[in-house]
Amino acid sequence: MKPEVSLRETYGKTLLELGMENQDIVVLDADLSRSTMTHFFARELPERFFECGIAEQNMISIAAGLAASGKIPFASTFAVFVPGRCFDQIRMSIAQPHLNVKIVATHGGITVGEDGSSHQSVEDLALICSLPGFTVIVPADAIETAQAVEAAVTNYGPFYIRLCRPKSQLIYDEDYRFKLGKAVTLRKGKDVTVIAIGLMVKEALEAAQNLQGEGIDCRVLNMPTLKPLDQAAIIKATETGAIVTAEEHLEHGGLGSMVARVVVQNQPVPMEIVSLKDSYAKSGKPAELLERYGLTARNIEKAVKSAIKRK
Amino acid sequence: MSSAKKCNLPSTSADSVEAEVFSLSASPAELKAAAKKIRRHIVTMTGRAGSGHPGGSLSAVEIVTTLYFKMMRHKPRDPHWPDRDRFILSKGHAAPVLYATLAECGYLPVSELCTLRQLDSFLQGHTDCNLTPGVEMSAGALGQGLSFALGVALAGRLNKQDYRVYALLGDGECDEGQVWEAAMASAHFKADNLVAIVDNNGQQIDGWNRDVMNLEPFPAKWQAFGWQTIEVDGHNFSQLTQAFKKAKQIKGQPTVIIAHTVKGKGVSFMENNPDFHGSAPNAIELDLALKELE
Repeated sequence: MKPEVSLRETYGKTLLELGMENQDIVVLDADLSRSTMTHFFARELPERFFECGIAEQNMISIAAGLAASGKIPFASTFAVFVPGRCFDQIRMSIAQPHLNVKIVATHGGITVGEDGSSHQSVEDLALICSLPGFTVIVPADAIETAQAVEAAVTNYGPFYIRLCRPKSQLIYDEDYRFKLGKAVTLRKGKDVTVIAIGLMVKEALEAAQNLQGEGIDCRVLNMPTLKPLDQAAIIKATETGAIVTAEEHLEHGGLGSMVARVVVQNQPVPMEIVSLKDSYAKSGKPAELLERYGLTARNIEKAVKSAIKRK
Repeated sequence: MSSAKKCNLPSTSADSVEAEVFSLSASPAELKAAAKKIRRHIVTMTGRAGSGHPGGSLSAVEIVTTLYFKMMRHKPRDPHWPDRDRFILSKGHAAPVLYATLAECGYLPVSELCTLRQLDSFLQGHTDCNLTPGVEMSAGALGQGLSFALGVALAGRLNKQDYRVYALLGDGECDEGQVWEAAMASAHFKADNLVAIVDNNGQQIDGWNRDVMNLEPFPAKWQAFGWQTIEVDGHNFSQLTQAFKKAKQIKGQPTVIIAHTVKGKGVSFMENNPDFHGSAPNAIELDLALKELE
């Protein structure tokens, strides 16, 4: 079994490495630098780190001003606060002028855990994907995280990268090469396609493995870039005749909604969406919460069977 | 009417002839004349558009004129000149005063001002930095400009550039909590290259500030947040100039200039009349206004 590695820690260390090479990189945080792991950068490059205190709106517009002056600002806090708390600032200060601000939000989804619904970001992808021109990435593991952060530096424009709090098992090997805007086929299959993001990628692979024993041949795609969405990969997936999506986000406006939009406008096939439904979650351990709210391999398997039945 | 999405007229630094730094030698009489022209543009452009925000544009005329004609280092033919002083219009609804001033400085042709708010004009109802040369920030959602200006100021310091950043805020805008987040942060970061100017005309859409949301004690609030606080008559060029000079001298502290102004200044029936916050003069009112501004 592959090791579990922290995406946040990978982010923090990657940011420091990139910051050492590129003088234009500056970092902002809103009193959570030890959780978002921007403290690695803060400690080594303090002159380029701006602690903004508990004032996310201000942080976002400061980042915009820095970007308008040629800097490459990375602004980090919990995903529940950005974009939620400062949506208008992201909209008017960053998205409308299409500025080069990189928002890296940690503690995405319900696996924040015990802190409960106030800290569980379940709407962020719907919000941020609604903004014209944003690139939105949800890495599946630490290896993908490091490369997504690099891609954010080398590609001009506003980025949102969502990371989870818990350590997560590596999906990829070191030779993996992340391609912006491209889905990754993790497993070939012809009966159904499971498209997953973030922590759900591991669950999707486990589901596919289990279903193989029952004679169901599952294709598994990781869709790290939610925007711009890899429409070609989704359209190709319709050749399997059924699609299941899996995400740690509300159904409304999340991965499932985005994939469905492409499917119905191109080649309608039965779909099932494994996601949080229209309510908030509770406090609990991350694994308990995933189980309680159905974000599990077992639930993906059920969804696959249900989708196949409707072929 | 323009059909261009962007104004392409001003040349950029890529041009063979190097753009000139704008002359700041205007005499008091010339400043006054420029302000009058800008006021005429404001009423004309909003009047022709049939909508817009003349009141809060007219109150800020002397502030913006002083900055562009007496204080700021800038090149109208090279709006992206890296060493320029920056003017950030946070009260984005006062776009007409900025457009008119930019036109008078040569950033854009005066003839284009009458396209304000029309489809495909590069003069949007609220500022759009991607369309209008010389506009630093897309604004209109209040409360964001001071934070943005702080980011620009911090970048200047990191780059060891000596440009200064001027952010113009409305007094009603200071209802927004983000303004005070930015006020706290600017003092915390000791941004002495940052100057906030509050166009303190006392009115906002629903009436007088004191009735809508009391701001007082306003200067004491800025002082308490750690700012060098200067109060001036916001229609007095010499007081404004002195205040901007004083702001340049202080080290380790940002400066706020609370400019006491009159909403709708210069047109008798628009002065202190909240109806002209977000409504343009009609044809008859426009004629009357232009007569008063002769």
